[in-house]
Amino acid sequence: MNIIVCIKQVPDTTDIRIDPETNTLMREGVESIVNPFDMYAIEEALRIRESHGGSVTAISMGPPQAEAALREAIAMGVDEGILISDRAFAGSDTWATSYTLAEAIRKRGDVDLVLCGKQASDGDTAQVGPGIAVHLDLPQITYVRKIEEIEEKRIVAERLLETGFEVIESELPAVLTVVKEINEPRLPSLKGKMKARKAEIATWTAEDIGADRAKIGLDGSPTKVVRIFTPEPRKGGEMLEGEPEEQVAALVERLKDAVVGAQG
Amino acid sequence: MSEDPIRVIQEKCVGCGLCVKACPFDAIEMQDRLARIDLARCTLCGACVEACKFDAIEMREKAGTADLSGYRDVWVIAEQHGGHIESVTYELLGEGRKLADALEMDLCAVLLGAGIADKASELTSRGADKVYVVDRPELEYFTDEPYAAVLVDLVRKHRPNIVLCGATTVGRSLVSRVAVPLNAGLTADCTGLDIDPETKNLRQTRPAFGGNIMATIVTPDTRPQMATVRHKVMKEAEPDPARTGEVVVHAVTEAILRSRARRVRFEAEKDNIVNIAEADIIVSGGRGLQKPENFALLHELAEVIGAGVGASRAAVDANWIPYSHQVGQTGKTVCPKIYIACGISGQIQHLAGMSSADVIVAINKDADAPIFKVATYGIVGDALQIVPMLTEAFRKALGK
Repeated sequence: MNIIVCIKQVPDTTDIRIDPETNTLMREGVESIVNPFDMYAIEEALRIRESHGGSVTAISMGPPQAEAALREAIAMGVDEGILISDRAFAGSDTWATSYTLAEAIRKRGDVDLVLCGKQASDGDTAQVGPGIAVHLDLPQITYVRKIEEIEEKRIVAERLLETGFEVIESELPAVLTVVKEINEPRLPSLKGKMKARKAEIATWTAEDIGADRAKIGLDGSPTKVVRIFTPEPRKGGEMLEGEPEEQVAALVERLKDAVVGAQG
Repeated sequence: MSEDPIRVIQEKCVGCGLCVKACPFDAIEMQDRLARIDLARCTLCGACVEACKFDAIEMREKAGTADLSGYRDVWVIAEQHGGHIESVTYELLGEGRKLADALEMDLCAVLLGAGIADKASELTSRGADKVYVVDRPELEYFTDEPYAAVLVDLVRKHRPNIVLCGATTVGRSLVSRVAVPLNAGLTADCTGLDIDPETKNLRQTRPAFGGNIMATIVTPDTRPQMATVRHKVMKEAEPDPARTGEVVVHAVTEAILRSRARRVRFEAEKDNIVNIAEADIIVSGGRGLQKPENFALLHELAEVIGAGVGASRAAVDANWIPYSHQVGQTGKTVCPKIYIACGISGQIQHLAGMSSADVIVAINKDADAPIFKVATYGIVGDALQIVPMLTEAFRKALGK
């Protein structure tokens, strides 16, 4: 079973601060991490390899420094990392990003399963996984919380829905996006870290993957950001003081109408 | 490299640093008194172009604009489960009506399913001028491939200007597959939509970076303009039984309904009485509840006030409550009228999932907990003591 995991390097949101003067994101000193959802995808790929054999390749589209994310994946046990990096990718939206990743996967070839996190923690779109699937003309199972069965040409997985879950059987190859519930990612071993440090990470450019210039970067992106702003910070409101009885009475007084309204 | 989508014109740059301050993404730095843009961080938002007083930053425009005049109408993709139309659809119709009126176009709904043709009137009564219906046994429940293929077929035939869909599990899985073959722009999880009065483009505003920043996005050169819209943010269109509209039954070929995946079975979550994505009130618990048994206190309160039960990541990771209840960045984003956080400190990842609630109540022992910074009403106290008292007080106040 040859598995590709798509990962993204993102800023660690626990570190994000807003500059009170300029009202913009302060990225200074913010650490870059592997998108948390992608960690579950990496872990799941490793588990499948452990039970079924095969290989796990991590690919990431990003700037040269995104190599660090691939090394982290290798430290966890991934066999190989490929960085898709080119100035020509600048300005890519989810259409262009999913095209680029799909072309890289096509170049890699011989793929049975593509795993992605359900979304990235910076953009939060959840559009790239299905986008890759349709660019490659593959079936998809999104929001996977459990893989029940997997064999050469067939997979059965549970998709988490708002009201429960559904069990889906699909042909392979397929693209799966996974949620946190699926597993608990392992920590890298010492041996893994050593391997990661020495690993050769291939870098593929737009030309390497044979990308159509009209479909990447700015030209391949139908959407355009026209304005970025910081939301009006939510102000702290009223602290209800007094003994617990008084606090509770004050709260019920303030919420009662809204509660009745919500039930209506 | 002249190909770069944004560049600093070195002859014009005076090194004043205004652009560095204006950049929301920390993508510009000064090197030898010249601005240098890090393309890896740049999102081409244009904030620096506006800030520069010397016209020293230039953004490349995309070449060639297609003729967009043939694209008419605002479409809403109806979401139905078991023949029941989900409320997010009515929110989309409420918002879609405004957009259609601003553009002087029709509002249309698209309804896919099996044996659902009679449901079209529910959509016209809520404002749809026209409903496209595809009624086939293969479409009984959502299946990614045939649903996407049917929609692509419909869009190619009727050429809508705007396509809206709920930012639900089904919606997000579906429209991503639709936008790609149509070469359409798709914006995820919007919380604000309006029409630019000059260009007539749809302005799509959405949170990013866990709600720390907002971005307004347009699709200037292609149609349709596609967006998913966050549930519970827009107001539902009210039904008017007297209102009617046209129903167009769309026929599809067998090939379009082909699917390489199939649903084997569906299992509803057992103790999920109120789905938190739908709930108007959520009672949520965190580490301050101390042990799993104490979630019973929240369930009691939830029952009295008709709420869903949520949880922080800490409570879920401790296996006190299933993951489907988790609110926050790695869980669900919720938008209730009232959110009652009990023993939740309010880490930034949790706030990302609930800070758009109308009213936030925080109950926490630690007066310095960050949750109080966003709370409409705060009680410094032990949730284990306060919550049962609150349940009792509401029971009396609501006459239960």
